[in-house]
Amino acid sequence: MDGIEDDFEELYEHAPCGFLSTLPDGTIIRVNRTLLELTGYGPGELTGGMRIQNLLAVGDRIFYETHFAPLLAMQSVVREIAVDVRRADGTRLPVLLNAVMRDDPRVIRFCLFAATDRREYERELLRARQRAERSEAEARELARTLQRSFIPPTLPEIPGLQVAGAFRPAGRGDVVGGDFYDMHETAGGWALALGDVCGKGVDAAVVTSLARYTLRAAPIREPSPSAVLSELNRTLLRERAGRFVTAVYGRLVPAGRHFRLTVSLAGHPHPLRAAGDAVGEIGRPGNVLGLLPTVRLTDVDVDLAPGDVVLFYTDGVVEARRGEDLYGEDRLRRLLGASRAMDAAGIAEAVVDEAVAFQSGLPRDDIAVVVLKIPA
Amino acid sequence: MSVKVRNNVRVTGRADGRPMVFAHGFGCDQNMWRLVAPAFEDDHRVVLFDYVGSGHSDLSAYSPERYSSLQGYAQDVLDVCAELDLTDAVFVGHSVSAMIGALAAIREPERFGALVMVGPSPRYIDDEGYAGGFSAADIEELLESLDSNYLGWSSAMAPVIMGNPERPELGAELTNSFCRTDPDIAKRFATVTFMSDNRADLARVPVPCLILQCSADVIAPVEVGKYVHENIPRSELVLMRATGHCPNLSAPEETVAAIKAFL
Repeated sequence: MDGIEDDFEELYEHAPCGFLSTLPDGTIIRVNRTLLELTGYGPGELTGGMRIQNLLAVGDRIFYETHFAPLLAMQSVVREIAVDVRRADGTRLPVLLNAVMRDDPRVIRFCLFAATDRREYERELLRARQRAERSEAEARELARTLQRSFIPPTLPEIPGLQVAGAFRPAGRGDVVGGDFYDMHETAGGWALALGDVCGKGVDAAVVTSLARYTLRAAPIREPSPSAVLSELNRTLLRERAGRFVTAVYGRLVPAGRHFRLTVSLAGHPHPLRAAGDAVGEIGRPGNVLGLLPTVRLTDVDVDLAPGDVVLFYTDGVVEARRGEDLYGEDRLRRLLGASRAMDAAGIAEAVVDEAVAFQSGLPRDDIAVVVLKIPA
Repeated sequence: MSVKVRNNVRVTGRADGRPMVFAHGFGCDQNMWRLVAPAFEDDHRVVLFDYVGSGHSDLSAYSPERYSSLQGYAQDVLDVCAELDLTDAVFVGHSVSAMIGALAAIREPERFGALVMVGPSPRYIDDEGYAGGFSAADIEELLESLDSNYLGWSSAMAPVIMGNPERPELGAELTNSFCRTDPDIAKRFATVTFMSDNRADLARVPVPCLILQCSADVIAPVEVGKYVHENIPRSELVLMRATGHCPNLSAPEETVAAIKAFL
């Protein structure tokens, strides 16, 4: 096949991409036929002192000077730069530019590939990505707003009792979890609810919301903690919530400097009490809510004396996992024993911090904690 | 986080020499000075750094509020000066950094002994009686251009560019390995740069000032260089043979000679 493709002039002039050579300052010194065809300029029109910068749209010209030229000077080669070239008739041609800087002779060689369809496609991708990013930001914001409604910013002030809550959402906090807590005044005392709706996302959030207002409203009719939780069970089944809920509910009645705490557990981890040097469980296990038409729940009375601390928590604390290792209740008991001299807020913070640190700062599940302490 | 790490500060040269701080402009990082800064190491304490959001700075220290005006960038300069306890420094600023240096010197004059402005512009957009060289639409177009040219920035590339690669082999695959940063930050920096108007600050520059003006610079035309010269009280204008906007890369010898003559 000798003689067919060995005419270099022909190879250059009619290459399937535009060729353009410039001096280091961008002054165009040679172009091929393909480039003239792409841009619509006549022979000699581009090589009479014009610079490649002049061929670019103004925005691209700034990009050329601030990005392209420094890159080329530093690495002698630049690839895949997307710019618009201004054609002779004023229309624009989207192109991809590759360039090499040569030392001898000192020139820059460019090749230009017309990229109209590809650039339009890329713009579409870009717009789609921008839309996706906006939606993601909105979803995250929505999750945070919803989550805030499950976790009150402050708990009520109760004379003679320190109360503190702490909450850390799972992961980076962009999915609504199901942990919640609440504390409010009731006839003759105070009520505390802390729970965990199975699952995550919008469906779980709807159930969490339902659980929270049911537990707010129920004590008006149902005085005992077990009756309040049974009421929540009936509501979950009636509303066909489709998710089960674990919860602990407590009533606090002041008695001199003491408080009487009545708790009921529904499939939820035992609260822990630190009294003197001992740390022990309180409450008796009961059924999870939202599964069975009737649930077995038990009220247990506990006398809280000055110096006592009670810790309510969700399973995100004890089920914190590092590899195969679970954080577990033993570690939590030791931590509570060691930190019981702190105030309620300090203890709540210490528990959350340790559970988060145990899983290297990125909790897999929500963590919710409420601490009650009667000052000594 | 120390300022040295946050701003990727590099100190070379003579420890007891007069400090010389080189600041990069929009579009790249301290690499812009690789052909110029070494020429001053015999006599000066040479300080290089990246603004937060550029080069190998700590991108997590970037906040859209702080860097919503050139004052935030001037604060980076002052933070670096304070960290190194610099006084009487020669500040060499390329492009938008010329104005950032002016703002820093106005705020803490005791830190600075002289300014060198390479391709300065106090305002890029035309105004009544003032030709900056650009219209607001041109700047919109630049932002689009940035969008289409940061396609190579992907979640896989981000750690490489941010300097903590879990997969170092990716570094070799970067098409254009210098001057990369997060596209959002680049766009914000572009907006802050090209929307800035520091004409009123020129008269308040408290130290002697050298203006290096290139021929045929589309970013900062000769008229703009002259305007800067006429408005800074103690300034000297040098019209360079070098063309384009980056004489620090295209004509390092001429740039070095002009700065040495001024000092």
